Amino acid sequence: MLKDITLGQYFPGNSAIHRMDPRMKIILTLVYIAMLFAVSNPLGLPVAFAVPLAAFLIARIPLGMALKTLKPMIPIVLFTAVLNMFFVDGVVLWQWSFFRITVDGLYFAGMMATRILLLVLGTALLTYTTSPISLTDGIERLLSPLKRIHFPAHELAMMMTIALRFIPTLIEETDKIMSAQKARGADLESGGLIERAKALIPILIPLFVSAFRRAEELALAMECRCYRGGEGRTRMKQLHLGPVDWISAAVMAAGLAAILLINLFVPSVI
Amino acid sequence: MSTQPIITARDVTFYYFEEADNRQLLALKGVSLEIERGSFVAVLGHNGSGKSTLAKHFNAILLPTEGTVEVEGIDTREEERIYDIRQRVGMVFQNPDNQLVATIVEEDVAFACENLGVPPDEIRRRVDEALKAVGMYELRDRSPHQLSGGQKQRVAIAGIIAMMPDCIVLDEPTAMLDPRGREEVMRTIRQLQEEFGITIVLITHYMDEAARADRVVVMDDGRIALDGTPKEVFRHVGLLKRIGLDVPQTTDLVHQLVAAGLELPDDILSEQECIDALLSLMEE
Repeated sequence: MLKDITLGQYFPGNSAIHRMDPRMKIILTLVYIAMLFAVSNPLGLPVAFAVPLAAFLIARIPLGMALKTLKPMIPIVLFTAVLNMFFVDGVVLWQWSFFRITVDGLYFAGMMATRILLLVLGTALLTYTTSPISLTDGIERLLSPLKRIHFPAHELAMMMTIALRFIPTLIEETDKIMSAQKARGADLESGGLIERAKALIPILIPLFVSAFRRAEELALAMECRCYRGGEGRTRMKQLHLGPVDWISAAVMAAGLAAILLINLFVPSVI
Repeated sequence: MSTQPIITARDVTFYYFEEADNRQLLALKGVSLEIERGSFVAVLGHNGSGKSTLAKHFNAILLPTEGTVEVEGIDTREEERIYDIRQRVGMVFQNPDNQLVATIVEEDVAFACENLGVPPDEIRRRVDEALKAVGMYELRDRSPHQLSGGQKQRVAIAGIIAMMPDCIVLDEPTAMLDPRGREEVMRTIRQLQEEFGITIVLITHYMDEAARADRVVVMDDGRIALDGTPKEVFRHVGLLKRIGLDVPQTTDLVHQLVAAGLELPDDILSEQECIDALLSLMEE
C-alpha cells in the first residue's frame, strides 16, 4: 500500500522544457520568484501569469495537475489575504469595532494571493519537468563554485542521490516490517493518537537498524568502486546549454524587463 | 607476465577485534593461495569459515595482520596504490540493493568510472559495453527498484566491469536471489570469464555453483581444507560433510552406492555423468 506514494512530482515527458538544462531551469525559477515580488503594479500580473502558463502548455502538463498543486496552498493563501485585508491602513470601506476593510487592504490582499499562487505554480513547473536526478545534478553544478570556500557541494548532491535511491527500498522494507508485526498481532490501526504513535515504535526500530546496516554495506561497496569524494571525479553525462535554454533565458529577461518598465512608467492604481 | 598469478596470498593471518567481549578472533590462520590469471575459482565454506574475510583481502578492504597479499605484484599494504588495486580487483556483494548508488541503471554503472576520473566519452563507451556484456543494455534507463534481484545483481556486476578489472571477486552474489536470478548471475559470471578473460573468484556455499568452477578451494576454520578441481575436491565426501558442507546430490548418491558395494568412478559431478555411469553398470 505504501508503494503507491509517488516520489516528487516529476511528470515524465520529452518536451523542450523537459530537455532544458536543469541549471538553467533552476536559475530561471529563481529569477521568476524575484520577478513575482518585483511586480508592484497590477498591469504586471498578466506578464507574470503568462510565463508559467506558456511553459505549462509547452511542457504539455495537464492543467488539472497544475491546479492540484494549488489546492493544498489555499488555506495559506486565504490566511495571508485576510491578514492583508484587515491590517493595511488606507481609505476605509467598512468598519465594525476594530475590524475594518480598506481599499489598500483589498488591493494588497489580491496581489499577495496572486503572487503566492504563481510562486507555487512556477516552482511546481520545475519539479514537474525535471527528474530528481537531473535536479540533483543541476544543484551540484550550480553550487560547485562554492567548493572554493569549502562548501560541500558534491557531498550534498551525493546525499540527495542516495536518499532518492533508497526511498523506494525503505518504503518496501517498511511494508514488510508492518506485515511482519501485524502477523504477530500488532495493532496499528486503532486507538488514539498517542497509542498509534506508540504502535509505530516496533516498526521504526527494525527499520532504523536495517537502514544502518544498509548504509554500512553501501559504504563498503562504494569504496570497492574507488569512491573517494568529489575530487578528481568526472561525470558521464555532461550538461550543455542549448538554444532552448538561451531562448528561455531571453523570454524570462524580456518578461522581467516588461514588469520593471510597467512599474516605472505606468502610474500606480493606488 | 601471464604466468604470474593475479593474486598471491602468503601465510595470511587475520584477527578480528570483537568489541563486545573485548577479545581477538582469529579469522584466518596462515592462508596461502595463488589465483591464476583467467581462472574461475570457487571458494567454499560454511558461515564463519573465513571465506568472506579472505575475499576482502583481495582488494585491500582488509589488510593481513601477518603475511602478505599481492595483486599483480602490488602489495595491498601500499596505501598510495590502493585505488590501483581496487580498479584491478572488483568486488560484488551479496545484497544487490545495498551496492547500487544511483537512481538510474546506467548512472550506477558509470559510478566507478566517474570516481576514477575517466573522460566522459570513454565512460559512455564503457558503460554501454558493460551493460551489453551482462545483457542489461535495454533496461539502462530504468530505476534499480524496478528490477528483479538477478537483474540488480547483473547491474552491480556491470558497474564493476566498467572499471575494466582483471579480476572480479563475488561474495555470495546469489545468496539472496531466486533460482532464476541465480542462474542469470551464474551464466553472466561464466561468460565474463570465457569471453573477456576476467579472472573470477566466487565465494559461495552452494555446491552446484562451486562445481561449475575450474578450481574449488574449501575453507574451514580459517584454513584451506581442500584445494583442487571440482572432481578432486568433491571426492572427499566424508571430509566435506565433517566440516559442515554438502556435496552435490549426484556425488552424494554415487558415494553411497560405492559404499554399498557398487563399482562406480568416484569423481562423478554432473547428472549426465551419473546417468551414464549407472546405465553402463546396469548393462554389465
